[in-house]
Amino acid sequence: MIRNIIAIAMKEIRSYFGSPMAYVIGAFFVGLTGFFFIDALSVPFPVASVRGFLDRAVVLIMPIWAPIITMRLLAEEQKLGTLELLMTAPVRDSEIVLGKFIASLVIFLGTLSFTIWFVLLLFVFGDPDIMPLLSAYVGFIMYGVAALSVGLLASSLSPNQIVAAVVGFGILVILTISQEAARQVDGVAAVILEELAINSHLEDFLRGVLSTRDFGYYLAIAAVFLFLTIRSLESRRWR
Amino acid sequence: MTVMIEADNLTKHYGNFIGIENINFSVEEGEILGLLGPNGAGKTTCMRILTGFMPPSSGTARISGYDITTESLKARQRIGYLPETVPLYTDMTVSEYLTYMGTLRGMPTANLKERLPEVIETCGLQEYQKSFIANLSKGYRQRVGIGQAILHDPDVLILDEPTIGIDPIQVVETRQLIRSLGGKHTLVLSSHILPEVSMVCDRVIIIHEGQVVAVDTPANLSSHLQRSQRVSATINGPSNEVMPALREIQGVQDVHRDSDNPLAYLIEARLDGDIRESIAQAIVQKGWGLLELQSVEMSLEEIFLELTTTDRESQ
Ligand SMILES: Nc1ncnc2c1ncn2[C@@H]1O[C@H](COP(=O)(O)OP(=O)(O)OP(=O)(O)O)[C@@H](O)[C@H]1O
Ligand SMILES: [Mg+2]
Repeated sequence: MIRNIIAIAMKEIRSYFGSPMAYVIGAFFVGLTGFFFIDALSVPFPVASVRGFLDRAVVLIMPIWAPIITMRLLAEEQKLGTLELLMTAPVRDSEIVLGKFIASLVIFLGTLSFTIWFVLLLFVFGDPDIMPLLSAYVGFIMYGVAALSVGLLASSLSPNQIVAAVVGFGILVILTISQEAARQVDGVAAVILEELAINSHLEDFLRGVLSTRDFGYYLAIAAVFLFLTIRSLESRRWR
Repeated sequence: MTVMIEADNLTKHYGNFIGIENINFSVEEGEILGLLGPNGAGKTTCMRILTGFMPPSSGTARISGYDITTESLKARQRIGYLPETVPLYTDMTVSEYLTYMGTLRGMPTANLKERLPEVIETCGLQEYQKSFIANLSKGYRQRVGIGQAILHDPDVLILDEPTIGIDPIQVVETRQLIRSLGGKHTLVLSSHILPEVSMVCDRVIIIHEGQVVAVDTPANLSSHLQRSQRVSATINGPSNEVMPALREIQGVQDVHRDSDNPLAYLIEARLDGDIRESIAQAIVQKGWGLLELQSVEMSLEEIFLELTTTDRESQ
C-alpha cells in the first residue's frame, strides 16, 4: 500500500533532517563539490560545463556518501528493536524497504539540489550547453539510485550503523575498481567487468549521451539490491 | 464463543537449542490468558510466533482464523503487540510516535485523530505528548508502548511483560487497564510475577523450559495442585491441649503454631474430604471457642515452585 510507503519515507526524512548530522554532512558535500567546481574551472581554457565537478563529485564522493545516507535506515531499527514492531505491523517487507529507499533518495536529491548554485553561476558567467548539463545530472541521480540501494542492503545486514556504512562502501568500491580490473584482463571477462563497473556507465551521461543501456544498468543494480534487501529482511524471520 | 488465538503444536528451534516444544493452546474471544514462566521459559518466543515476527519451526498459529505465516497480513491487522524490549523511536515525540504507529496499523487519519487523545489519556501520558521519547523514564516509555499496542483497538492484544519497570502505584492502574481491556479484546500477556497473573488473567499457562507444565484458571491451579489441604484455625483454648487434640483428628498430618497469634494454628491434612468439618466438631466437643476456620489456598508461587521443581526432578 502506497500509504505505508509514504508514512515510512516521511518518518525517515523528518528524522534525518531533524538531526544535526544532516547539516554537517550536507555542508561537507556542498563544500567538496564547490571545491571540485572551482578546481575544474581553474584551467587555462575553462569550459562552462558541470562535467569537471560532477565527474569527481560522483566517483569520489558517492561511494562514501550513499552508505552514510542509508546506514541508519535499517540498522537503527534493528538496534532499537523497532524492526520487531515494523515487521509485526500489517506492513509488507517490500513496503518497508521501498519507504526507506524513497527516503534515502529524497535526502540525496535534497542535498544535491544545493549544487544548483554552481549551475546558476555557470549561466551567469558563461554559456553552458543545457543538454550535457541535464544529462550529467540525470547520470548523477541514476548513480545515486544504484548506490543508495547498495547502501540499503548493507544497512539491513547489521544493527551497527558503522558496519553498515563500511559494508556499503566496500561493495561500491568493488563495483568501482571492477573497471580497473577490466583493464588487467581481456576477452569476455574484460567486457563483463567493464559492464559491471558502476562508474563506466556514467561516462556517456557526462558526455551528454543518454543510452538505455546505462539506464538499464543503474536500474538493474537498484532492482537487484532492493530485492536482496527485502530478502534480507524476510530472512530475519527465519532465524 | 469464537476462538481468537490458536496455537497448534508450536515448536521453535534456535539452531540445536529448543526454544519451545509442542505448545498448544487456544484463547477465546474476550479472554485474558497469562503465560507464566521463569526467565528463558519461552514466553517471548511464543509471542513472537503469535505476532508473526518469526515463524515456528513446526506447528501453526492462527489469529481469528488467519494463519500467521500464510495469511500474515490479515492476521497482523488484528494484533496489537507490545514487545518485551518496548521498542520506540527515541527521536520522536510521544504523539508523533503514536501517530506513526497508528498509520502503519492502517488507521484512517480521521479515526487516528479522534483516538489519539483517548489513548494518551488512558495511558496517563497527557503531560508528555510533546516530549521526546528519549527524555522519558522507563515507566513512561512502557506506557507509550502499551499505547501503541491498544491504539488501533485490535481484536487481539499480545503484551510481553507489560508491567515491568512501572512503579507500584502505576502497576495497579496498568493491571486495571489490562483487566478492562479483556472482554472486548482477546489478550495474551506474559509475566513471571505470579500474583499479577492470578489477579489479571482468566486462565494461566505455565511454561517451563519450552514446555507447557500446566493450564488452568488461577483458582483451579491452586486447588488442583495442592497435595494436602491446609486450614488455618483460631481456637480459644489451652494450647497444650489444643495441639494434641488437633493431631488426633482423622486425616490431619501436621499442626503448626502461628508465631504471631498464640491462638492461631495451621493444620495440614490429607485431601480426602473437607477437614474443616472434623476440626469444628472436635473443637466444639472439647468446649473451646472456634474463632476462625478457613482453608488456605496454595499461592501460585508455591505451585509454580512445585511444578518446576518436580519437572526438573523427573528429567
Ligand atoms: N534469537 C535467539 N537465538 C537463540 N536462542 C534464543 C533466541 N531467542 C531466545 N532464545 C532462547 O530460547 C529460550 C527461550 O527464550 P525466551 O526469550 O522465549 O524466554 P522468556 O520466557 O521470554 O524469558 P524472559 O522471562 O527472560 O523474558 C531461552 O533459553 C533463550 O536463550
Ligand atoms: Mg521474555
